Amino acid sequence: MKTALTIAADVQSGASSATAELERTLGVIAARNEELNVFLHVDHDGARAMAEAVDAAIARGESVGPLAGVPIAIKDNLCQRGIPTTCSSKILEGWRPPYSATVLDRLVAAGAVPVGKTNLDEFAMGSSTENSAFGPTRNPLDPSRVPGGSSGGSAAAVAADMTSISLGSDTGGSIRQPAALCGIVGIKPTYGLVSRYGLIAFSSSLDQIGPFSSTVADSALLLEVIAGHDPLDSTSLPEPSPSLLAHVNDGVAGKRIGLVKELYEGSSPAVLAAVHAAAEALREAGATIVELSIPELRLGLSAYYLIAPAEASSNLARYDGVRFGRRVDGEDVTAMMEATRTAGFGAEVKRRIMLGTYALSAGYYDAYYGQALKVRTLTINAFAKAYEQVDLILGATTPDVAFAFGEKAADPMAMYLNDVFTIPTNLAGDPALSLPFGKGDHNLPIGVQLLGPGRSEAQLIAAARVLEIADGRA
Amino acid sequence: MSVLPDGWEMVVGLEVHTELLTKSKLFCGCENHFGSEPNTNVCPICLGLPGSLPVLNEHAVELAMRIGMALHCTIAPSTFHRKNYFYPDQSKDYQISQYDLPINAEGYLDLPDGSRVRIERAHMEEDTGKTTHLGGSGRLAGADRSLVDYNRCGVPLVEIVSAPDIRSSAQARAYAAELRGILIATGASDGRMEEGSMRIDANVSVRRPGAPFGTRCEIKNLNSLRSLQRAIDHEALRQIELLEEGGTVRQETRHWDEDMGETSTLRVKEDAEDYRYFRDPDLVDLAPSEAWQAEVRTAMGAMPAERRRDLEARLGSPTDAQRDAVVVVIDLGLERFVHAAAEAGTDVAIALSRVANELAGEATLEKLSLDAFVKTVAMEQSGALSATQAKAVLGELITNGGDPVSVAAAKGYEQLSSDSLEATIDELIAANPDEWGRYRDGDDKLAGFFTGLVMKATSGKANGKAVVAVLQSRR
Repeated sequence: MKTALTIAADVQSGASSATAELERTLGVIAARNEELNVFLHVDHDGARAMAEAVDAAIARGESVGPLAGVPIAIKDNLCQRGIPTTCSSKILEGWRPPYSATVLDRLVAAGAVPVGKTNLDEFAMGSSTENSAFGPTRNPLDPSRVPGGSSGGSAAAVAADMTSISLGSDTGGSIRQPAALCGIVGIKPTYGLVSRYGLIAFSSSLDQIGPFSSTVADSALLLEVIAGHDPLDSTSLPEPSPSLLAHVNDGVAGKRIGLVKELYEGSSPAVLAAVHAAAEALREAGATIVELSIPELRLGLSAYYLIAPAEASSNLARYDGVRFGRRVDGEDVTAMMEATRTAGFGAEVKRRIMLGTYALSAGYYDAYYGQALKVRTLTINAFAKAYEQVDLILGATTPDVAFAFGEKAADPMAMYLNDVFTIPTNLAGDPALSLPFGKGDHNLPIGVQLLGPGRSEAQLIAAARVLEIADGRA
Repeated sequence: MSVLPDGWEMVVGLEVHTELLTKSKLFCGCENHFGSEPNTNVCPICLGLPGSLPVLNEHAVELAMRIGMALHCTIAPSTFHRKNYFYPDQSKDYQISQYDLPINAEGYLDLPDGSRVRIERAHMEEDTGKTTHLGGSGRLAGADRSLVDYNRCGVPLVEIVSAPDIRSSAQARAYAAELRGILIATGASDGRMEEGSMRIDANVSVRRPGAPFGTRCEIKNLNSLRSLQRAIDHEALRQIELLEEGGTVRQETRHWDEDMGETSTLRVKEDAEDYRYFRDPDLVDLAPSEAWQAEVRTAMGAMPAERRRDLEARLGSPTDAQRDAVVVVIDLGLERFVHAAAEAGTDVAIALSRVANELAGEATLEKLSLDAFVKTVAMEQSGALSATQAKAVLGELITNGGDPVSVAAAKGYEQLSSDSLEATIDELIAANPDEWGRYRDGDDKLAGFFTGLVMKATSGKANGKAVVAVLQSRR
């Protein structure tokens, strides 16, 4: 496996070229995509043109960006001008956005080469990529198992060494959970750190775009490139992109790290062992481990499954067949809208639209959505209180390793519970990172999760690097 | 002067939607322009394309604040909500509006008759596109095809909601007219009702005076002052008839048919949609700083009520007719002519009358200089021009410009000599002995009769005041 940092260095030094790196990527995709169903669309021509442009710029002696010639996979809920963007939904089949997401513009400006769009649970609703209208993605480490979700395709692209880095989005764990199940690094940044402009909304107050990579340093680099204020997103933080890569080797000496019971309880024995081993590794690197309980976090899952569907019910109203995407004719406009939405959305999306519509309805708002907002405030306050005592928090990313196809698909609650450790961070708007640490059943990777207060990405990355070394992946 | 039968009172509240005169739309950079080719002023944001996000237009906020300030509202920290309902002319199938926390809260509007109507709120929201249904009844249900133009989608609106303080259709009309004047004076809107820049919904109920409020009906989309007044009267009478027959008023939304002169049911309350309002997570809270508010307040010109007071002060103690003329002059923004005349020391009453009557109906006054207007008034005042001549001179100045002295000369308006005026008057006295006798016996009304004859005989060249003076001297 070649990291993004190495690819960019080789391309810039002339040891390799953007075109050569791209052809290698396209070769792996050609070899494995049929089996794994990672990419829904590969933009061969566009990517080749971009790679050639990078090589030409280098040949002219121009300065190129920090991701010069690095192929990257893009979750298919991010808009890229002229490229099919589906959200893995039949309702958007054939739609080509007339504009690009801010993160795509920033990637291209940094010299990266977007190679195609990856599979996801429809509209990012799911934890296994089984909810894709275009078939599930398989876990490259064990194709009988799920890669996690909703960013399963982007995680699998890195795990299968198709690309060194990829972009996902995380609303309740959709980057961290597949990173854990695929044995790679994934970051859910502070809400507002990365512009959401061009990210097709699932739950606007929770959605954040973030990086996947096999190494901590690559995620740091990729996050640096895509972060920073964007005037096109009103919820974008005002500050420019933070310096992250420079802090990778800062270590954890003197840091206080909370081991939070609610973020690992109920996990498999192997996951529990991994979390405690990670705590020990951090302690050995000079951190103080503080055992904590934050009972409010237990309420997070319930609150999330009211807030996210409520916002989704409104965000997904625009898929009505009038202006773009799929249209199924009806007797009049209303019938056309109904027929379009009935045919276009899958079962999980419909379930959440109904749940969210109900939660916002007159007479139920206070009991459901209103109550969930209060829990959200409780969660924010509980985290804030914890961060008065500790610098970072450690927990598990998921209760267990990658599960088999169909294992949880029939029972929505069992599936939802897979996100129990990741959801609270989204409610708080704080950053969190998942990285592989140790192995569990069937020799599958275990993900541990590091959490921090708003804008603590540099500290999270430094702590993750300590664990990466301790896990023998120097 | 109520059209209602004795023992009944109407209770009216108005919701006025006004489009703001911004260059771009409320949440994107598209041009805010009426009358462009359909679907040319659109972008991913106002078309609600997946992944697009709204960014609030600060100029729209400033105009909304100006409206609030002119209506004596409190400028409050506010939020944007989503009003969710499916309709093809709404690109996101929700409308971004303000709900429980509007930018402008609790103000009032004083009307020229001295009455006060309280303002509950004046909040910001985005306009929808326009749907045209082809075939069927012309409504959405049963149409063969529907065409949507999104040019208007996302245009900034302010909705001004009055308290139910209005008690007659005439007062409702005066409120709407006064509000329109304010919107124009603040620069927030062009107030063009015929282009939909200002649209009115009226909530109407009736009651026995002193009784609690009755059940109200909302009449949608009244787009002229005349429609507003007629629709309210019609609706109040409909409700009274219903109640007097022992029926009850059903809360509903009604449509006004201008041609038929009646309202009809659009939808009843039970069918009302649940809009599932919630805070729009794509937008941040709006809290204009004190400094920004002060800047906006300082930059605002005077509002119509203050300008009317200033103009009336020029007149001392105006008559009712003069007050009416002042309302017209302020509505049209023509008071500069009257003020100029006053400052030049000429007769304010003459100036006001000429502006309200001769200048008011003109499409453009670009060629009429303030100086030429003041000179014309001075010539009329001195008797150098009769009233009729002064009107003709103004007409010429409005059309072609120039100087009143040369215009008067070109028209041959040299003053009649007093000798020839007296001779003419004496002839007319001799020819009308009965009338002259009555005038001499004290019937002053006949002065007008003789003045008319003199004007006719002199082709309008005589000065009215001089004629009356001669008549007095012969009495």
